[in-house]
Amino acid sequence: MNALARLRPTHLTSTGIVYLVLVLVLVLGAVITAAAGRNFFSTGNISAILTGTSILGFIAIGQTLVILAGSLDLSVPYVASLASLLGGVTMAGQTCNIPLAVITALGVAALIGLVSGLVVAYLHVHGFIATLGMGLILSGYLGTNFKGSAGSAPRDFRLIGALNIGPVPLSTIIMLVCAVLVILLLRRTRVGHHLYAVGGSKDVARLSGVRTQPPIVLAHVLCSVLAGMAGLLLLARLSVGSPTIGTQGGYDLMSIAAVVLGGTVLAGGKGNILGTLGGVAIFAVMDNVMGVMQLNAFLQDVVRGLVIVLAVAVYARRNADLRPARFDRSRAPRHTPAPTTAGSAA
Amino acid sequence: MTTADATTIRGTTLPMSEGGTLGRLGRALRTPGGAVFVLVAVLLICVIVANPNFGEPGSLIRFIGRTAPIAIAAMGQYFVIVSGEFDLSMGSVVTMQVVLAGNFIGQDESRVLPVMLLMVVLGALVGVVNGLATTLLKVPSFIVTLGTMLALSGLVLYLTGGAATGNPVDSFRQIGRGGIEGVLVLEVIPYPAIILLVLAVAAVWLMRRPFGRTLVAVGDNPQAVHLSGSATWGLKTRAFILSSLAATVAGIILVGYAGVHPSVGQGYEFTAITAVVVGGVVLGGGRGWVLSAAAGAFALELLFTLLNFVGVASTWRDTVQGVIIIVAVAVGARAWQGGRRRRSAEPTTPGAEPRHTGTPTTPPDPGTT
Repeated sequence: MNALARLRPTHLTSTGIVYLVLVLVLVLGAVITAAAGRNFFSTGNISAILTGTSILGFIAIGQTLVILAGSLDLSVPYVASLASLLGGVTMAGQTCNIPLAVITALGVAALIGLVSGLVVAYLHVHGFIATLGMGLILSGYLGTNFKGSAGSAPRDFRLIGALNIGPVPLSTIIMLVCAVLVILLLRRTRVGHHLYAVGGSKDVARLSGVRTQPPIVLAHVLCSVLAGMAGLLLLARLSVGSPTIGTQGGYDLMSIAAVVLGGTVLAGGKGNILGTLGGVAIFAVMDNVMGVMQLNAFLQDVVRGLVIVLAVAVYARRNADLRPARFDRSRAPRHTPAPTTAGSAA
Repeated sequence: MTTADATTIRGTTLPMSEGGTLGRLGRALRTPGGAVFVLVAVLLICVIVANPNFGEPGSLIRFIGRTAPIAIAAMGQYFVIVSGEFDLSMGSVVTMQVVLAGNFIGQDESRVLPVMLLMVVLGALVGVVNGLATTLLKVPSFIVTLGTMLALSGLVLYLTGGAATGNPVDSFRQIGRGGIEGVLVLEVIPYPAIILLVLAVAAVWLMRRPFGRTLVAVGDNPQAVHLSGSATWGLKTRAFILSSLAATVAGIILVGYAGVHPSVGQGYEFTAITAVVVGGVVLGGGRGWVLSAAAGAFALELLFTLLNFVGVASTWRDTVQGVIIIVAVAVGARAWQGGRRRRSAEPTTPGAEPRHTGTPTTPPDPGTT
């Protein structure tokens, strides 16, 4: 069956399409940038694009995990803001405080994810509501306790946001390392496979003997931790923690858009991290090109909105069966149960 | 798992229609959709205890007038949610309408009607775009309406430069601000309260029509509705149109007492979804009553009023709202699930008819189909 599928010239995985779209956007971007009299492939510009991928990348990787598990996380911008504030206040400009600050910020983020995950998994609250509520709770806390920017990052910590290795910023490398770790988690570990199973169909997973709660809780914890890392990176860039930095970026909805743009199915169970990275890269290139063109910031939103809908429409229209189903191979020998299913369907 | 109930359900009468009117009412109040009315009553009593002045008919009716836009938006959002989708573009539609009114009506009395017509047409158009992109292009509604939200708010902010512009003529603002003066007990009946009443009656009527019944069915099981010969795309598109029109009405009312500013309407979509969910409507569709959604909006507003009177800092409002929606949905999930478990447990009992095996045990995820 797989060999047959490969023979068809039109067969493309959704990740393939994402990267095809990315190439298209890159070519378009290069042409437009050249028309504006600038070099798209200059070291500075590539570095700028890669920097643009890092923060949304962190959050989108976490969001992919949560969406694969069949949930959503709308609390990420508040987690990022909280992490940047906690990190900044704990560091207070002292280099020796960095480890403590990082542990505090990520620990609190993990705790928030744990609570959301437990609420989703054990209280059967839809992820949309659980994390919307969690976001509101954090927003109230941030609004009450922090009137403006607070804390400060020491110079050593700010280097994370400023250091480049060749044209690649250090922050992007950290993001890519996280991506590799998450890919390994999804492909090589039992809980990763369970995550796909639970996201695809909770009932089938449960009937197959998978405990459905741990993967969901794990996905939420990891998502929150990654959002916390994004917050710390924002702290490194701005050198102060800010209670509104996450909401200003609109990271909740933009990360979901990037994940779906990367070919992951919003209902869960299908998709992968590579596609998400492609989606994030598409956004980064788009932002860069619009920046070069000096497009009005509000018009940029209009373009983003249109691109999200149109791009998702390209592969949403394709039959869901054409998507690379995670368990295609095990489902392939369909002839054995076929007579019974055909009988009961008729 | 209550297997004893499962056997009685296979009997002649459905459990929800047993007993007299009072018994049925009592049972209805125990569902999440009914419990919200109890919640509204309890909150109202708490508010009146905290501030006896609030209990006077005059201030009560003014409170209803103030809550009308959010209740109307919640009813609009209800149509979309009960059909299993999301409408995140609601807030942007409200903003768009407010800015349109400010820019096009100005101080010219004669332009009120044409511009209102334009607003309704544009509102319906947004709904059509959302609906068709969701149903025909098969893009998840979450993504579609996120796209329209970004595009609309970006466009509005670009055209206005992000600052308040224009001030519509007073006769237009009266819709949100004014009312019928000199009524006996109430002193004044605000127009928004009347609009809310009319729209609520219309919504209840619509939900009892074949359209409404099929819309709920689409949210519960789109395949079944498709197989029974309904055009699901038309139904869902109409739901999106109704949602955008509700946002338009909310926008017209908001111009009255909030004025014209691009920040009016921001976050309205999440407030409306919260109200709908507090009203016991299940995200993912197929369950819930339209008036419960409106009652959810009142419960939220009463809660904020109560916090205000008790003296809680306004910055904590978000936190309380967050806790409330999580608790409301957790309790609601329990209650609805109780009803579902029993039904879906049937086929697993030995000797049950095999044709029931296709019953889904959990509702599909909203906005993902």
